[in-house]
Amino acid sequence: MIEPMVRAEQVWKSYGSLDVLRGIDLEVSVGEVLCLLGPSGSGKSTFLRLINHLEKLDAGRLSVAGELVGYRERGSKLHEMTDREIGVQRAAIGMVFQRFNLFPHLSVMDNVTIGPVKVKGATKAVASERAVALLERVGLKDKMASYPAQLSGGQQQRVAIARALAMDPKLMLFDEPTSALDPELVGEVLDVMRGLAADGMTMVVVTHEMGFAREVADQVVFMDDGEILEQGVPSVVLSNPTNDRFQAFLSKVL
Amino acid sequence: MTGGDAPVVEGASPRSATQTGPIRAVPVRHPWRWAMAAVLAVLVAMLVHTLAFSTTEQPHATGSRFGWDVIGQYLFSSHVLDGVVVTIELTIVAMAAGVVIGVLLAVMRMSKSRLLSSVAWVYIWFFRGTPVFVQIIFWYNIAALYPHLTLGIPFGPSFVTLNINSLLTPFIAGSLALATNEGAYMSEIVRAGIISVDEGQAEAASSLGMSRSKTLRLIVLPQAMRLIIPPTGNETISMLKTTSLVSVIAVPDLLKSAQDIANANYRIIQLLIVASIWYLAMTTVLSVGQFYLERHFSRGSLRSLPATPLQRLRQDLTRLRPQGKPRAEAMAKEFREALDPLLHGRDPLGAPHD
Ligand SMILES: Nc1ncnc2c1ncn2[C@@H]1O[C@H](COP(=O)(O)OP(=O)(O)OP(=O)(O)O)[C@@H](O)[C@H]1O
Ligand SMILES: [Mg+2]
Repeated sequence: MIEPMVRAEQVWKSYGSLDVLRGIDLEVSVGEVLCLLGPSGSGKSTFLRLINHLEKLDAGRLSVAGELVGYRERGSKLHEMTDREIGVQRAAIGMVFQRFNLFPHLSVMDNVTIGPVKVKGATKAVASERAVALLERVGLKDKMASYPAQLSGGQQQRVAIARALAMDPKLMLFDEPTSALDPELVGEVLDVMRGLAADGMTMVVVTHEMGFAREVADQVVFMDDGEILEQGVPSVVLSNPTNDRFQAFLSKVL
Repeated sequence: MTGGDAPVVEGASPRSATQTGPIRAVPVRHPWRWAMAAVLAVLVAMLVHTLAFSTTEQPHATGSRFGWDVIGQYLFSSHVLDGVVVTIELTIVAMAAGVVIGVLLAVMRMSKSRLLSSVAWVYIWFFRGTPVFVQIIFWYNIAALYPHLTLGIPFGPSFVTLNINSLLTPFIAGSLALATNEGAYMSEIVRAGIISVDEGQAEAASSLGMSRSKTLRLIVLPQAMRLIIPPTGNETISMLKTTSLVSVIAVPDLLKSAQDIANANYRIIQLLIVASIWYLAMTTVLSVGQFYLERHFSRGSLRSLPATPLQRLRQDLTRLRPQGKPRAEAMAKEFREALDPLLHGRDPLGAPHD
């Protein structure tokens, strides 16, 4: 049996007395694009952040490429990983944020090379060469020397994608990558993501872009209140939602 | 004279209000400003007179009241210059060590470990809560408390024993006192700077796989600098003056050197003036550096940069000639550009380049 890229089993997460995720079961196969839908506060970001251990889960099991995230299993006991070990896991998982989070004190070039150079120990020359290729891919080769503040939102997000890709991740996480963008800039970012999907990148995408979900996703998951309420192939679930809350949600966003 | 975007036609006929172009209005008069200026002018004249021209009232003595000849004689004497060097050394050592201690304390303070953050809290509480003057005397006398410094296994055998009295020279005791005290103040400055950096920055760095220390060093601290640098400049200026306190434990700094000379020749006022001139000169140099540093680090957060003193002087001089202003601006721009490479390590927030 082939290991899925992401496997979540009964994942629970609470903040104090607030149960944000209540038993999430989910699998993302290699090369698959999963779109995560749900109203605000349903726990989508929290789930995404659990996958690269920016948050710790409270119960359940979560593994990426067959490896538990953040823990090592010895016998029947779980041991917390060190900062460094978690770093190694995270380096293989790219993340793109709603608010880009580019490093404003670094040029576009340095934003893209800092990961490979400082985390993977790549040489500047090799990292730069790769960065040029990636920036060309996202259509920003001419912005290499610019600083993030000099770019439009859409350009910044494309740099952020290039920055994540520079680590050669096996999985990409996108947390509402186009929500902070002016409508006319959404397309350029989605185009880059479409390209990635076509190249076989495994992706988990939180989005409100139904068109993108319908067209690109292999699997659509609807979450509300920390639970998965509906799940399936987009052509089926987006056209004929069975869950009431999903129907209500879709009628609002479409 | 050309330059600027809005050339002024020389000798142009008076423009009506509806016409576009430079405004030439009669300025508002300020009679009270003139009265104030007159009073101030008299006071300044009196000050200049007493400083420079009034003669001494001491019996059996001649010369100016302030004894400028004596001041001139000692201003560049080797003993005073040695004192200046010691003061500068103390300032540099205390600030450098203080910044290092400050960063460590700030990181400890924000650590998830209760123990580390409490230790930092107690340190800051203690060193900010007692006078630095007391701390200096304390460090100087610490040999009374711990005559020997022993290196070895805690509660076990020792390998080396050092004599604190000979190890802790006045200079080292003074530097230690100033640095440990400064560390407590710097930690709060550094902490404020770190807190100001958006959390998303650390998250983005983590998601690339960076360790916490690399995230701090490569991503958070460089961005915190914008907030850390200006108050650190103030601390340095303040430190330069605070070093004079170590004269009490016989460190041969500027003040102590001046006092030594005064003890021999009884010209106390003159030597205090000598010391003050040096302190003023040094703080002035630091203030100028501070001004340009702050200006540099405010790029990207201020819409327009404050004018440098030179630019303001130029503006004042050229205000009378309307055509002069665009030219002054052009010169100011030139000046800025000439200065840029000197200040430009790396643009912190990426101000637009041409
Ligand atoms: N650090 C935190 N501490 C306490 N509560 C939190 C924390 N982070 C998230 N929450 C809460 O968890 C719930 C889920 O948050 P989450 O950000 O995962 O929602 P979301 O589905 O991504 O929503 P949105 O579409 O608005 O981004 C919310 O009620 C939120 O208030
Ligand atoms: Mg969210």
